[in-house]
Amino acid sequence: MTPATVSIGAQFINLLAAVLLLLSFAMLSQRRILSLIDLFAMQGAVLFVSTLVVAFTTGQVHLYYSATLTLVLKVLLLPWILHRLIRRLNVKWDVETLINIPTTMLVGIVLVIFAFNLALPISELAGTITRSTLGIALATVMLSFLMMITRRKAVPQVIGFLAMENGLFFAATSATYGMPMVVELGIALDVLVGMIILGVFFFQIREQFDSLDIRHLEQLREE
Amino acid sequence: MELTAVLALPLIGGMVLALVGHRRPAAEINAAFSLLTLFAAAALTARVIAGGPLTAYRQQFFVDSLNVFLVALTAFVGFTTALFSRPYMRVEHDHGKLTALRLRLYHSMFQLFMFTMLLALLTNNMGILWVAMEAATLTTVLLVSLYRTAASLEAAWKYFILCGVGIAQALFGTILLYFAAEKLLGSEGSALLWTHLDTVKAHLEPTVLSLAFVFLLVGYGTKVGLVPLHNWLPDAHAEGPTPVSAVLSGLLLNVALYAVVRCKVLADGALRSALAGQLMMGFGLLSVVVAAFFLSRQKDVKRMFAYSSIEHMGLITFAFGMGEATASFAGLLHMTVHSLTKSAIFFAVGHAAQKAGTQVMDNIRGLIKINPTVGWGLMLGTLAILGMPPFGVFASEFLILTSAMRQQPWATPILLMALGVAFAAVFGKVQPMVFGDTSARRLPHPPAILPVFVHLALVLMLGLWIPPYLAEWYRQAAKFIG
Repeated sequence: MTPATVSIGAQFINLLAAVLLLLSFAMLSQRRILSLIDLFAMQGAVLFVSTLVVAFTTGQVHLYYSATLTLVLKVLLLPWILHRLIRRLNVKWDVETLINIPTTMLVGIVLVIFAFNLALPISELAGTITRSTLGIALATVMLSFLMMITRRKAVPQVIGFLAMENGLFFAATSATYGMPMVVELGIALDVLVGMIILGVFFFQIREQFDSLDIRHLEQLREE
Repeated sequence: MELTAVLALPLIGGMVLALVGHRRPAAEINAAFSLLTLFAAAALTARVIAGGPLTAYRQQFFVDSLNVFLVALTAFVGFTTALFSRPYMRVEHDHGKLTALRLRLYHSMFQLFMFTMLLALLTNNMGILWVAMEAATLTTVLLVSLYRTAASLEAAWKYFILCGVGIAQALFGTILLYFAAEKLLGSEGSALLWTHLDTVKAHLEPTVLSLAFVFLLVGYGTKVGLVPLHNWLPDAHAEGPTPVSAVLSGLLLNVALYAVVRCKVLADGALRSALAGQLMMGFGLLSVVVAAFFLSRQKDVKRMFAYSSIEHMGLITFAFGMGEATASFAGLLHMTVHSLTKSAIFFAVGHAAQKAGTQVMDNIRGLIKINPTVGWGLMLGTLAILGMPPFGVFASEFLILTSAMRQQPWATPILLMALGVAFAAVFGKVQPMVFGDTSARRLPHPPAILPVFVHLALVLMLGLWIPPYLAEWYRQAAKFIG
């Protein structure tokens, strides 16, 4: 690789990282469940492209496999399962949040600053071309976490959970050029199985409560 | 060879049981596979005693003095739980609380759960350790919600989300660990192998490792049930079927703590400061104190013993945090005796609650009249877990307290007070359950009481005499933890 390609690659990855962060904020502010799933799929697509770029500029062969894995799992399979679930469960409601959206966005900005500060000493140590994106990866994880806290329904919480996994995956590629293949396969399997179990679980919850509102799941507490 | 058998048997068992389904011998097949796993684990243990630590499959798996006794313990408690669950689950089925389809799910997932725990213990790869821990959550989520009541669904949802978020933190910690290791070991698959990390731990970047350890401790600590990350634990224990409570409390918490200890060894080597130990002591002490005070407020018997598990896990975490050979020795011993005692208690509680038709302690009375063996099992188990001599819990708690007096004198009165509060709370509630007056009839079916007394006998033995080879393992393991 010539230095020029590497530098263009690095800039391209920075661009994609910014898009990833933007998408996280978009998910945080999105009220409609179907759009939320689309945003999640877009996040997966960005992840796929960025992994591909890292693989191309660094010549790490195993990253091509993990890019393919991302494409299949996060862009195609998981959104498809989610769409199917929504249709089968026949939920059309919009997303309700516990805190209003402008406040959530402000909290989100604070979280991003915090994440950048936390990642700063580590980014300086990284020798990879993508090191400046570690802060963004951490910020994505924290924003997804925030989304899980502020949403009241089960499906958005799960999308938050999956988005968090996206952020972690981005951290792995940006800081280390990806984890060893066997570990990545294991993580992908866990995510997939987890999604299927959650699907089963949604039906159980709805059968019991006639709704997927988490408020029904707040009966167990200490007196 | 033995290692392959230990891992393959529960995996095959899970698949076979999914096929066998709800036919009559499912429970017997479950017990048989658990027994075979126990034999394989015993053979593996014998081989490690004879030949020392070993690695297998291009170093992807390894067995040393720290994990070998946990493997044996896991296989043993897995087998006795399978014995206990045979009559227990059959009665639940006959009472109409479970359909045949859910029994199939239960048996199959029980074996897969054993598989994930054994994989977590035996793997040498920190990434696979994470994958196995997450898989252990996934296999038990549907078991916690097995009764499909509103409360059990809520408990399972809480369990899934809290442990899922927690374990995601651990993944970030693992990524940071890999990031630090990659510089020294290259980006080949070996950079996450624990044995390799252990040899280069002194050269790992301290800033990265301290951050990594915080994430790993929070992540795996959620599964250990450390306060304030413990919210899922009482609900999951109280609402799931009793055999599941027994293995969650007796085994899963141990495996999660094992993961924390592995990470601590690496962090200690890299940091050359006591940060890791101090964090563990802080979390441990907080767990002991908070859990002790929550004990007296419980009404549900399984919930109370779940809080007792948090208390004991906190105590063990504190012991490992002190990081000295005696304290680590005591921590390992306490892990063993807590696991045996707590599962025995859950077995006895399961029979008692099944007979009374409720888990509310005020409604369970006079066990000693209705079924003396269950009553005595619960009483002796409670005395053992509260640290009465001559049981093994007394020995380990005594060792932890004396090393605390030497190393962290300020913590000793706090620990003693918490143990006293726990004693008063638990004993005061269990005593009327066992000796009070009752109008209930005798149990219509014979309880599986053998596992309870086998466990208690082992705990008693460990209190009086620790077999030399076991003491030797503890000593070796304690040496490299401390």
